[in-house]
Amino acid sequence: MRPSDADIWAWLDQVPDPEIPVISVVDLGIVRDFTWEGDTLQVAVTPTYSGCPATTLIALDIETALRDRGLEDVRIQTRIAPPWTTDWLSEKGRTSLEAYGIAAPQPSGGPDRCPLCKSDEVERISQFGSTPCKAQWRCQSCLEPFDYFKCL
Amino acid sequence: MDVFEFLCRMGDNTLVLGSRISEWCGHGPALEEEIALANTALDLIGQTQMWLGLAAEVECRGRTADDLAMLRDVWDFRNLLLVEQPKGDFGQTMMRQYLFDQFHLPYLEALVTSSDSRIAGVAAKAAKEAAYHLERSRMTVIALGDGTKESNNRMQAALDLLWPYAGEMFASDDVDRSLAKAGIAPDPKDLRAQYLEAVGWTMEEATLTIPEGQFCHAGGRTGARHSEHLGHLLSTMQWLQRAYPGATW
Repeated sequence: MRPSDADIWAWLDQVPDPEIPVISVVDLGIVRDFTWEGDTLQVAVTPTYSGCPATTLIALDIETALRDRGLEDVRIQTRIAPPWTTDWLSEKGRTSLEAYGIAAPQPSGGPDRCPLCKSDEVERISQFGSTPCKAQWRCQSCLEPFDYFKCL
Repeated sequence: MDVFEFLCRMGDNTLVLGSRISEWCGHGPALEEEIALANTALDLIGQTQMWLGLAAEVECRGRTADDLAMLRDVWDFRNLLLVEQPKGDFGQTMMRQYLFDQFHLPYLEALVTSSDSRIAGVAAKAAKEAAYHLERSRMTVIALGDGTKESNNRMQAALDLLWPYAGEMFASDDVDRSLAKAGIAPDPKDLRAQYLEAVGWTMEEATLTIPEGQFCHAGGRTGARHSEHLGHLLSTMQWLQRAYPGATW
């Protein structure tokens, strides 16, 4: 018997992003949809950044998670269009990011406040950070540097 | 095979420049700069996978993106001469990056409306990343140009050295004209005026002077005459696949 769509989404929502484990691949918005083709479950994944090394690992993690639930035949389809955007981050994902110390993306192009002390006195150190999706910022109130999840 | 030729030009630019800027890995002048260059290289290599993957697909000869990257020789590469030039000092690397980024982003943005939806899809993805590259390389060129006497001298020397390579980006040929006619890609020569204006503004802010003269080096994007630097780069990049054919890990 096939599992329900709701079950499959719930299982996928338990697959963490390998670099930012507090958010799931569903929160990140990279799992676009899934379809059945015969007995094969085809999962469409949109990469965040084209060179992100985590992409291969994410595909493997999704396959493994679904196999662990008894789905033998899983195929990951890479879908590049439309391109991934940070607008696809879920509200749950944004809240988890901030609690983890990473400022969530803002349309203005910079964080609205420090994820640690919540001060709005922040300045940019660099547009690039420890992973392709992040930039480095600093809080001028608590003086702590922090990651900002870039708008894309 | 105009489309194949075009896709190789796109993919070879990003492959060769991505490889060139990874030469700074472990040698950046500051941690932030090091990370920024590594991130840019990663984006460019990711874009290469998409462009050369598509090239291999339209070629229909059973080759893959990896085959095209690792098993072609100098004369088959279609990248601009600019991107294969050696890294020089950090200023020279950033000048090379800026002169490319300022062309790359508008070109990708124009490709988003390509009549070929696969090309439009890759361009839409790549353009988002290229916007970050341009923002940073432009700011760095301005900061170093309008910096100390030493940094200004170095940036002016970099501009004098690299400017004659910028013209090749707009030297259209039959491939460009045929793709423009089919609505697949813009004719690069139509982007030249916009480029000159943007670079002019940047250099003015950077207190740098664009050299006079119309001479430009050419031969990279047609494959007719690469500089000697490309062979050395490929010998490093392709060594493993040449020495151990088919090696995987």
